[in-house]
Amino acid sequence: MPTLAGDVQAVLADEKVHFQYQEVAAVIADNRYIAADALDLVEVEYEPLPVIVDPHRSMDADAPILREDVVKKDKVGQGPRKHANHIFTWAVGDKEGTDRALASADVVVKEDMLYPRVHPSPLETCGCVASFDKIKGNLTVYITSQAPHIVRTVVSILSGVPESKIRIISPDIGGGFGNKVGVYPSYVTAIVASIVLGRPIKWIEDRMEHLSTTAWARDYHMTGELAADKDGKIKALKVKVLADHGAFNSHAQPTKWPAGLFSVCTGSYQVPVAHVNVDGVYTNKAPGGVAYRCSFRVAEAVYLIERMMDILSQKLGIDKAEIRSRNFIQAEQFPYKTSLGWELDSGDYPTALKKVLDAVDYAGLRKEQAEKRAQGELMGIGLVTFTEIVGAEPSKACDVLGVGMFESAEIRVHPTGSVMARMGTISTGQAHETTYAQIIATELGLPSEEITIEEGDTDTAPYGLGTYGSRSTPVGGAATAVAARKVRAKAKKIAAHLLEVSEDDLDWEIDRFKVKGVPGQEKTMKEIAWAAYNNVPEGMEMGLEAVDYYDPPNFTYPYGVYLSVVDIDKFTGEVKVRRFYALDDCGTRINPMIIEGQIHGGLTEGFAVAMGQEMPFDEEGNLLGNTFMDYFIPSFVETPQWETDFTVTPSPHHPLGAKGVAESPHVGSIPCFTSAVVDAFAHLGVTHMDLPHTAQKVWKKIHELGLDKRD
Amino acid sequence: MIKKKISFKLNEQEVEVEVETRELLAHVIREQLGKTGTHIGCDTSHCGVCTVDLNGNSVKSCTILAVQADGGEVMTVEGLATNGELHPLQQAFIQDHGLQCGFCTPGMLIRSYRLLQENPSPTEEEIRVGLSGNLCRCTGYQNIVKAVKTAAEKM
Ligand code: FES
Ligand code: FES
Repeated sequence: MPTLAGDVQAVLADEKVHFQYQEVAAVIADNRYIAADALDLVEVEYEPLPVIVDPHRSMDADAPILREDVVKKDKVGQGPRKHANHIFTWAVGDKEGTDRALASADVVVKEDMLYPRVHPSPLETCGCVASFDKIKGNLTVYITSQAPHIVRTVVSILSGVPESKIRIISPDIGGGFGNKVGVYPSYVTAIVASIVLGRPIKWIEDRMEHLSTTAWARDYHMTGELAADKDGKIKALKVKVLADHGAFNSHAQPTKWPAGLFSVCTGSYQVPVAHVNVDGVYTNKAPGGVAYRCSFRVAEAVYLIERMMDILSQKLGIDKAEIRSRNFIQAEQFPYKTSLGWELDSGDYPTALKKVLDAVDYAGLRKEQAEKRAQGELMGIGLVTFTEIVGAEPSKACDVLGVGMFESAEIRVHPTGSVMARMGTISTGQAHETTYAQIIATELGLPSEEITIEEGDTDTAPYGLGTYGSRSTPVGGAATAVAARKVRAKAKKIAAHLLEVSEDDLDWEIDRFKVKGVPGQEKTMKEIAWAAYNNVPEGMEMGLEAVDYYDPPNFTYPYGVYLSVVDIDKFTGEVKVRRFYALDDCGTRINPMIIEGQIHGGLTEGFAVAMGQEMPFDEEGNLLGNTFMDYFIPSFVETPQWETDFTVTPSPHHPLGAKGVAESPHVGSIPCFTSAVVDAFAHLGVTHMDLPHTAQKVWKKIHELGLDKRD
Repeated sequence: MIKKKISFKLNEQEVEVEVETRELLAHVIREQLGKTGTHIGCDTSHCGVCTVDLNGNSVKSCTILAVQADGGEVMTVEGLATNGELHPLQQAFIQDHGLQCGFCTPGMLIRSYRLLQENPSPTEEEIRVGLSGNLCRCTGYQNIVKAVKTAAEKM
């Protein structure tokens, strides 16, 4: 089957299996117990072939060819390819200029860092029920998908069933975090089985299958070089990335962006010149490379630049808050065009940083740290001042399978003033029902209890690209606001007609239009809704509804300043998070309670990635740890208390000024934890430690430095 | 396969079902008895989304056999509301934003119910330890703790 990234992927492997746990056979049975019995009767004989596990070996001259099926293709997505195991090279920026600046700068810091392979692992695994009606030729699929409309398009392309006869229903789903965007082989198997048998077929994954075969994230092997003058002013940034994409190129990125939005890696800083080069390669591991609670490759970009800022600060002996201040893009410089081509919409970084440093008494913390160090104790302070890029995306820049990345909303106001609204996004727990209803209630002055929000059913909802990359509020919320404003514009015409005045004589107030200067002459939205179905101006269509397909003019750029304090046990390597202070600026805050909830959740997922999540493989490509026994999901007990704060710098181009928030805490907290852990050892010359910061790895560092001697 | 007729009280109603002796309680509750509030999220007894109350104890229904419930009393999340009125815990989860995707919520609720039976006014620490067998990927737990506290005060 085709992948979203332009490669092909086996539904069930024939001839060659490319990674451990790859699907080779399917059993259809009346219930799961019989299916499990039958599965035991399937015997597969494997003949071992040479494998590649380390992506640094993929392009060796003598490396085994992993994909004979595409060996002759010069493109599997983005080309050209320079080795049979090479997928793409993607480069952006000014290479000569960057090299020149690096060569002539006062100081250059360089660091290799690995963002390990991690898995989003929502608490509900993937699954579907496919039901094909042989008589009518209709296919209905209930599926745990973050992008049901895209699934419909893909299923139609694969099966030849017209899109109008395919109904994809993505009901309440148990979390997604980027894992539920793609189309997996088992969905296809269930659909084919249903078409063949004419019966509903259910496929529900277990956790081991989920962790072993569905889309993981990251696996970016990065080298950063940051040049600066002796005062710490940045002169250039150069980044090289080796991306391990596994056995098939099936990452979920917009078509033209094989490394997603990674080039936002100049961060919140004025970087005069930069260059990024990313090479993607095949290995014998499960395919993936999705955005785990982040926009396409933005977690990697933010990690890189925030680590490099810390390393530069250490090299120059300038405090990490100070070095960031010296390089910030200033409030009056927005919109700011970065050297890698992004136009940051708005921000006020110095204010946010000051607020956080004051709130935690940064000077006091540094003093305490100095005292602790003198006593031989390990205390670290982490700081990040990151900028994200979300709201995928302007369709001129991004598409999936050629479909532009707009978002849609359809609003119908009934005669009694209640509302039915449908969107192309799909909530996986972000409470769209509340946020969208609130937007409509505010725009139209109708009670939110009477507004029904419906998503996820492709038969009723307008086409949309789905929910990921924090795009629901930036794009879906914008579509909702614009559609509501279209409704209000029509309502105004009806009000003018009812009140026998011109539209210019009307003022809008909360839930009604009032005639200027004539108290009591007014029509409420409810009255107008009724009139829309029986008394409209001449030449106007009856009814009160609108649709909007919103194609944003730009991305939005939420940002944050996070500070963490950790204490490390010298004898066990255990990292205790004493304090985590997160200030987010997501522009206009539509529903503070939901925003807070999203931030708590994102920080907790960031904590998981920073402190324990990874998917290790042995030399033969066996995944060592694909259950919750090994794969770290923090519980009530490990999870720190989160302190949250905010500033509000609206997006100038979003109809409501909102920027999106759910991903910032994940993206921002991970480098903040690394920053804190490394900081605990900074006085001993340590500049970087790779994720995850498990007790064992931290203890190794302690032991290597000889800090665990008991006297 | 050996089949056995078992009966137990499910949310105060007597039920009788024929099961294979190897069948897990979680599967029987969901697939035979149609109470799909009880979820399944892992293969290793870690996540707790399958938590039900059996004879006055919280149990992970993915880790016991249905036949072990024979003659017992089982309560699932569907049994919490009475006469169409949500349980104080359910109300508190809504009010304090104690759920996002909701997949962990039935297990959280039924475990919290037992916790509050055992300890009607738990401290934050006691709530965290008491619920540590239930994982959540969305909320970061802070609002769940808050909701359990709110409910404890109201009960
Ligand atoms: S399903 Fe995870 S503990 Fe029962
Ligand atoms: S609310 Fe989604 S797992 Fe807890």
